[in-house]
Amino acid sequence: MPQWLDRLLGRQPPSAVQAKERLQLVLVHDRTNLSPAKLETLKDEIIEVISRHIDIDPQAVQIDVSRDGRQQRLIADIPLRPVRREE
Amino acid sequence: MTATVVTITSGKGGVGKTTATANLAAALATEGQKVVCIDADIGLRNLDVILGLENRIVYDLVDVIEGRCRLRQAMIRDKRLPELYLIPAAQTRDKSAVSPSDMVRLCNELRPEVDWILLDSPAGIERGFRNAIAPADIVLVVTNPEVSAVRDADRIIGLIEAEEKGPARLIINRLKPEMVRRGDMLDIDDVLELLAVELIGVVPDDEQVVVSANRGLPVAMDGNNQAGKAFKNIARRLLGHKVPFMDLEANKGFFDRLARFFRTTGE
Repeated sequence: MPQWLDRLLGRQPPSAVQAKERLQLVLVHDRTNLSPAKLETLKDEIIEVISRHIDIDPQAVQIDVSRDGRQQRLIADIPLRPVRREE
Repeated sequence: MTATVVTITSGKGGVGKTTATANLAAALATEGQKVVCIDADIGLRNLDVILGLENRIVYDLVDVIEGRCRLRQAMIRDKRLPELYLIPAAQTRDKSAVSPSDMVRLCNELRPEVDWILLDSPAGIERGFRNAIAPADIVLVVTNPEVSAVRDADRIIGLIEAEEKGPARLIINRLKPEMVRRGDMLDIDDVLELLAVELIGVVPDDEQVVVSANRGLPVAMDGNNQAGKAFKNIARRLLGHKVPFMDLEANKGFFDRLARFFRTTGE
């Protein structure tokens, strides 16, 4: 059965693709010692600290670890809410 | 002569460190280099059987370090090649019998005598691994295109960098082009992207490796086969030659069968 037909029928992606995706996540955690749970905690605390100073939308905050060669980087994307002027 | 010390390591066991060490040593010796390989896997020695030298062991690595013999006496010469020697591991001791500084001292004593010292590291990240990388000028990491081997390779590469022995160079061993083509095995680019290290060679999966191990004759010494050729290419890259990577995708269809036919009948 050709792979494109499998995909068309909604079957699993090739196992090598799954292997690569799983490894990408595992390696980030192995290298940084940062589990998904820890990252969530970190995110909550960052939101809390920033909210004390400026108005942000907690739902829109994105915090991820990006890979750049063998370097890991913590990337935070925190959209700010426009200032509401009191009438 | 001032030898270059090359440590072959992996993290995970069973990925082909010993096979790689034996074959790189044989290939370098075939190129006219004077090579000593050292089995640093104390307690689980295997480089001797892969090289077919198991019946000639009198003294081992720990005997040298503990002063029971001279370095020369523990060096077993492989009579099939002009300048290939093995210093076997002790089988009745464990990794704690040797320290990283012992290995540095031993290699420093050997350096003026030979061109290459190849160190076969044990699996793991403990004492045996530390012993094996302590004297290294170059570290080669062997992996297979499989999740567990790649994960452990990443861990080892990190440790090599932390010990300031990097950048490590990668050997992808036991690649099965047919599985890659089906999408059921990580390909070379996937592994390199995940590990972000420099590649020094890709060795295709080859049944001849098992046959050669049975005979105690490394594939690189044993006629014409894909794995042996791949190891010879890595050896030539270590010598500074620019050797293009083998085209592992090419062997399919009629011509492959034809080539295989000639290979099997040509022996």
